Amino acid sequence: MAQNGKPTSKSNGKSNGTRNGDAAPWVGRKLKRKEDPRLIQGISHYTDDLKLPRMLHCVLVRSPYAHAEVGAIRTDAARAVHGVVGVFTAEDVSSIGMVPCAIQMPDLKVPKHPVLATERVRYVGEPVAVVVAEDLYAARDAAELVEVDYEPLHVITNMEKALGNETSYVHEEFRSNKAFTHALKNGDIAAAFKKADRVVKQRMINQRLAPIAMETRAVLAEYLPGEKRLTVWNSTQIPHLLRTQISVMLGLPETAVRVIAPEVGGGFGSKLNVYAEDGIVPWLAMKLGRPVRWSETRRENFASTIHGRDTINDVELAVKKDGTVLGLRVRILADLGAYHQLLTPLIPQLTALMLAGCYKFPAIDIEIQGVFTNKMSTDAYRGAGRPEATYIVERIMDIAAHELNIDSAEFRLKNFPQSKEFPFNTVTGLTYDSAKYQESLKKALQLAGYDALRRRQKNGLKQGKYYGVGVSTYVEICAIGPSAATPAGGWESATVRIEPTGKVTLLTGASPHGQGEETTFAQLIADQLGIDPDDVNVVHGDTLAVPYGIGTFGSRATAVGGTAAYLATQKLKAKLATLAAHLLGAKPGDITIGRRVLTAKGSKKSIPFREVVMAAYTARSIPAGFEPGLEATHFFEPSNFTFPFGAHIASVEVDPETGEVKLEKYVAVDDCGNVLNPLLVDGQIQGGIAQGIGQAMWEELIYNEEGQLVTGTLMDYALPKAHFLPNFTLDRTVTPSPVNPMGVKGVGEAGTIASTPCMVNAVCDALASLGIRHIEMPLKPERVWQAISHAQAAPREPEPLLVGALAASAARKNAQKPARRRT
Amino acid sequence: MKNVTITINGAEQQAQVEPRLLLVHYLREVAGLTGTHIGCETSLCGACTVLMDGRAVKSCTVLAVQADGHKIGTVEGLANGGQLHAIQEGFWEEHGLQCGFCTPGMLMCSHDLLAQHPSPTDSEIREAINGNLCRCTGYEHIVNAVKSAARKMTKRVSARAA
Ligand code: FES
Ligand code: FES
Repeated sequence: MAQNGKPTSKSNGKSNGTRNGDAAPWVGRKLKRKEDPRLIQGISHYTDDLKLPRMLHCVLVRSPYAHAEVGAIRTDAARAVHGVVGVFTAEDVSSIGMVPCAIQMPDLKVPKHPVLATERVRYVGEPVAVVVAEDLYAARDAAELVEVDYEPLHVITNMEKALGNETSYVHEEFRSNKAFTHALKNGDIAAAFKKADRVVKQRMINQRLAPIAMETRAVLAEYLPGEKRLTVWNSTQIPHLLRTQISVMLGLPETAVRVIAPEVGGGFGSKLNVYAEDGIVPWLAMKLGRPVRWSETRRENFASTIHGRDTINDVELAVKKDGTVLGLRVRILADLGAYHQLLTPLIPQLTALMLAGCYKFPAIDIEIQGVFTNKMSTDAYRGAGRPEATYIVERIMDIAAHELNIDSAEFRLKNFPQSKEFPFNTVTGLTYDSAKYQESLKKALQLAGYDALRRRQKNGLKQGKYYGVGVSTYVEICAIGPSAATPAGGWESATVRIEPTGKVTLLTGASPHGQGEETTFAQLIADQLGIDPDDVNVVHGDTLAVPYGIGTFGSRATAVGGTAAYLATQKLKAKLATLAAHLLGAKPGDITIGRRVLTAKGSKKSIPFREVVMAAYTARSIPAGFEPGLEATHFFEPSNFTFPFGAHIASVEVDPETGEVKLEKYVAVDDCGNVLNPLLVDGQIQGGIAQGIGQAMWEELIYNEEGQLVTGTLMDYALPKAHFLPNFTLDRTVTPSPVNPMGVKGVGEAGTIASTPCMVNAVCDALASLGIRHIEMPLKPERVWQAISHAQAAPREPEPLLVGALAASAARKNAQKPARRRT
Repeated sequence: MKNVTITINGAEQQAQVEPRLLLVHYLREVAGLTGTHIGCETSLCGACTVLMDGRAVKSCTVLAVQADGHKIGTVEGLANGGQLHAIQEGFWEEHGLQCGFCTPGMLMCSHDLLAQHPSPTDSEIREAINGNLCRCTGYEHIVNAVKSAARKMTKRVSARAA
């Protein structure tokens, strides 16, 4: 990690855990994190903590309208504020390149996306001007005095209206609000639906969410004209990709730009992007010849940092009366917002890829339309397309189980591929690496006390108690990814350097933001070299120190970045063996690396690790052709994705009087392959579950018809709080991935993917006896209560159809009609 | 401009400030203590939590002039010399943090809790940190961290009494 240009070791020098004898590896232990001492003492530095001499502050002026012509902009009053150094509008910054989108598709419409709005604004929060001042308060005062003339235009917020009867457009030049179409079809879908005893249909909405990293975005830039060097400190997940994009936006040679990601306070995908401010702030520093810092307010973070999800899904499942699934048809409308950010159009395509879930669908038929609206862009938010897919699959499976009157766990077990079928080719064209879905679900059922929960549910009904049991399995696509399947390279780099004293430096391209790679990567290298994790300093997030890297997202850091580190270390082990053999008069093949010592097999001869290392640097006694020094770099290109999986079970009670949901028990059995540090894996799972439950129960970004964001503060947008949640019961199965030598899969998003459908399944299960089959998220008490009252007001209907020949033929007829009791 | 005298982590400091200056900006920009973070500036996230005369306050909701004559405790003052506070140890040992951004506020809030309730239950801890948002951990490890700190502090108190 480097700050202010200097790489600094952040270890507090204390021993970090003790080793139980020589044999026990570091990998697999619950080691305390190396990064924590600086974080718990408040002495680490996030971007907004950095201050440079003569530093200026800037504030963006943003559109209060969702769609409007921009007229005159008057800046005189703002300029007159004491301490203001400059006010800039679109004309001034016209040399800055567009905000980039990395996705290419045959029919993709890519609108121009200037860093400051030119003639039109297209969402509330779009930047129109920037004010720079000596201090933050002056900049804020002045920003309020910038007067902009707006001529409001028709606002488009509803996707279906945007596509139907189009008369107004988010982007006039396209004469359409459709940004792209994407289809994925495989197998004989017509035959599947023809053969079906029942077609289960449901429309389900995946609402818009805000990622809300607790640290908002921040940028600090400094330009040294003599050295011709632009240094940008940026709270980003992707320092190298950002450097490339900044150099393009500003027309600088890439070698003149250095990006440093200091401490980064969470990202969840929102910092896997390139924003207008990432170009504007460095431009200001160059223009004004002084360092400039910008920190986003939380309000701006809601309005102008990417959002997640926001899809309308029409789902149809073809199923036989014995519970065998035959085919899945899904039509998706994806609300992209007004512009494409870096990966915007990619996310719904990831949903399509993962729509086979953990099941053996013989046929699939997916069509997606991406739609422009007058809102902030959607893009990668924790899970990025996979939570949407899992929600669709796991909800429709549950609804089908209820319709067929089959136990929802049984129904799933019936449709899983067997573990001997792996690697398993899915109907969506993926090859799942390894899995034991049955084992994982059975373990979860047992941990949850499933049968007892079902008995309680039955008995509860007699006493007017509404207990629900939600089951959700999931498979996710991680270790993103093979380069062929990713827009900007799917590999990762690592350089491992054993320093002359025997200490080790790892430079990793996978720049973390809370994942703890300084610890886990040190663990894995320590085992390979027979040293301690405290001997390994992990450096990341500085483009001048680290070879080009891709970054941390898509649960890829360990599986791709960790593997790169592992493979670079293997190169050094070979070199150490060659040199030790030379020094001991043995064959390199006979050298083993033990704890701080290298030994020649078959003889008693050994040499301390540090002596071999020093010999590589003094280079006085090296074999012919031996390259001095001990540094190795590996760029690891994975051969496939990895596919972690698991099963989650939630037990809830719904109060029919108030609609309140009480989460009583939450069981998660996850399989992320081999585990480097169980403590950190649990942390990832718990945080993910909380976020997924947040979507199911409380979180929702609402734009009203005027395109105003009405849940744009932490007051209105309900993030999970501590007392909303119980402790979770976690367990795992371990199915190593064959895709990388460490057998790891990735765990960053698992919890978020499984927990959302799990909760909704639980609540709908609790209310199934009232004839409720689906409630749209978030399941706030008000919404649940309304569903209950509607159901109670509706005339009672017969019990769900029982499986049988007669029922099946009735089902075929019914399948064509919308469900009458849909809420 | 107003003159203020504020004691921060035991050291008295004087400064001239704008009356509207928030305490959190005073701490970060004037006193140079950036361990106290800003997550919302609107009293909703708790990242800026500090102690004022021993009680937890959100420093984005206090003006620097209101802190005039008071004692402020920040995360930088928790450790004693090189010795971590039991609450810090608890967070380290129980993996009570990931990105660490909410952590200083969580530590100070827990400090207040444990001063009032030396051995809180899980639900008392969850209630107490309700005003402090964490997006990374799902809170469970934070609850464990506070419990662990409570145990350590009780043990140390009884060791001292013995
Ligand atoms: S910054 Fe003070 S509560 Fe969020
Ligand atoms: S550790 Fe990241 S917000 Fe709490």
